[in-house]
Amino acid sequence: MSSLRIISPGVLSLLQDAGRFGQGQLGLTQGGPLDQHSFRWANTLVGNPINTTLIEHSVGGLIVQAQGACTVAVTGATLPLSHNGHAVPCWQAIHLAPGDELALGNVSQGLRVYLAVQGGIQVAPQFGSTATVMREGIGGLLHPAADNPQHRLGGHKLHANDCLPLASTNLTRVSLAGATKNTMPQSTPVAPLPPAVTQQTLPSAAILRLRIIEGYQATLFSAIERARFYLNPYRVSPKCDRMGYKLTGSAIRCSTQQLLSEGISAGAVQIPPDGQPIVLLNDRQTLGGYPKMGNVLSLDCWALAQATPGTEVQFAPISVEDAHNALQLDAARFTREAQRLGLTSALTQPQGRHHD
Amino acid sequence: MSALTRAGGLAATDYTLTIAGENAFILYLATQQISPTAAQQIALAATQLTPMVGQQLVELLPSYASLLIVFDPLQHSHLSIKPLLVQALATPVNLLGQSPAKRVELPVWYSEQSGPDLLTVATAKGLTPAEVINLHSNMCYQVYAIGFAPGFAYLGELPEALTMPRLSSPRATVPAGSLAIADRQTAIYPAASPGGWHLLGRCPIAMFTPWQSPAMPVAVGDHVQFIPISEREFTLLGGTL
Repeated sequence: MSSLRIISPGVLSLLQDAGRFGQGQLGLTQGGPLDQHSFRWANTLVGNPINTTLIEHSVGGLIVQAQGACTVAVTGATLPLSHNGHAVPCWQAIHLAPGDELALGNVSQGLRVYLAVQGGIQVAPQFGSTATVMREGIGGLLHPAADNPQHRLGGHKLHANDCLPLASTNLTRVSLAGATKNTMPQSTPVAPLPPAVTQQTLPSAAILRLRIIEGYQATLFSAIERARFYLNPYRVSPKCDRMGYKLTGSAIRCSTQQLLSEGISAGAVQIPPDGQPIVLLNDRQTLGGYPKMGNVLSLDCWALAQATPGTEVQFAPISVEDAHNALQLDAARFTREAQRLGLTSALTQPQGRHHD
Repeated sequence: MSALTRAGGLAATDYTLTIAGENAFILYLATQQISPTAAQQIALAATQLTPMVGQQLVELLPSYASLLIVFDPLQHSHLSIKPLLVQALATPVNLLGQSPAKRVELPVWYSEQSGPDLLTVATAKGLTPAEVINLHSNMCYQVYAIGFAPGFAYLGELPEALTMPRLSSPRATVPAGSLAIADRQTAIYPAASPGGWHLLGRCPIAMFTPWQSPAMPVAVGDHVQFIPISEREFTLLGGTL
């Protein structure tokens, strides 16, 4: 079996699929890609179904070596990418020969990068998903041969010399392996994307707008507190990780501080006693008792996860109808772009189901 | 709640469905408090909606007096899913066919050695350590919620006489298997983690074993009774300090 060897994991490299769903009753969180837009594109560019295991890399420094011929694509944050020392563009499929090295430099815009391999990284799902959640010790690369069951557990970030098993290379289902690709010399762009697509989740304006669907305890906040929340800008604090992004700015007060713990959905905006909002992301705790203003639209959560500390953000309320409209437009745009590039996509597959 | 004894559905006045993001509703019971009745109603709602998971729904997350209901927002909208939820929640359930709540016995070695706060709790409540152990182990607890960490089950309600506020400064590490109390709740830490609850003893049974099925000995709605054991029994059951 072919594999991809980690020469250097860089700052943080985690195996992720679309996420773990339906396991909340065990206390297991969702995991999965922080920037789903870039995640989808990485898989789609190499012809994978959307929910295929890839590497989510943060900040920079990842270097991998192909142990067999394979096709990869890198999407997400802007960074220098080199193939055997030669600069190559992101957002396109790249063919690696056995022994070839692919090196990711440091991000210059954004934080999260996605490296997909055609056919996907082959690791056994835990609780229905390969998503790595370090805090839970679940998902990612497993070590089934270890004597102690504890050591067989996942939840590990990638380390140097980890070998990621790949699917056999002669996959027939991969639409990308069509006439176009086969007539091209190696390392030639197969499917370059227009810049408009590549920039979608990277902060382009000075202020990142976070659209909010009001819900949960929104009505427990007074009109003055809500106005304060929407009229003042906030900044991304250094306390930002896969669990959530703590923001700093005008403190928001809530009339009620005592709530029974309840289920927390993706993007929930929690207001703890210090009044500084926290946007809860993929690795959030499943239950919590702080008042919540509502939830940030997923499309904006993806962009937030690309934002670095200090980035200015501004909340803006939207209706559920507008939220659904935005999601459907985004899905339609993605499908249209993929079709235009001669790639197939299956965005409408139910969440949490593996298609391989 | 007559609706429950008849195993009928939830009446529209029993709950509200509140928006919880682009892909979720959260069902709130009309009365937001910790009680066996609330737990029963949430269990009933979860039972009614479970057949929709994998179809229209992606996830159900029960807690004390709420149920988070997650759907795929590319397949459904709040507008399209709400009537389906209301209908399913109103449908009578034949609880006879459902797997009943389990009664689970969990052995605990209560001692100052295994529970560093046993003496503190006893002193604070004007009790002897033996009285604390008796009070704690004579109760049958209900699993109200699972969360915070994989396998962390919130059990209630603790006898009033044992009610203690959380530690003012949480411990950096609470050992796996620690039996703990805080407010009117008790729990076993499934894995070593930071924690602000008072520790009374240690349970040798793993609360979360990812490579086993089921991964947890308890589920939401189950009943738990703690059985005091000796240090020797603790060791024989595989426990280590």
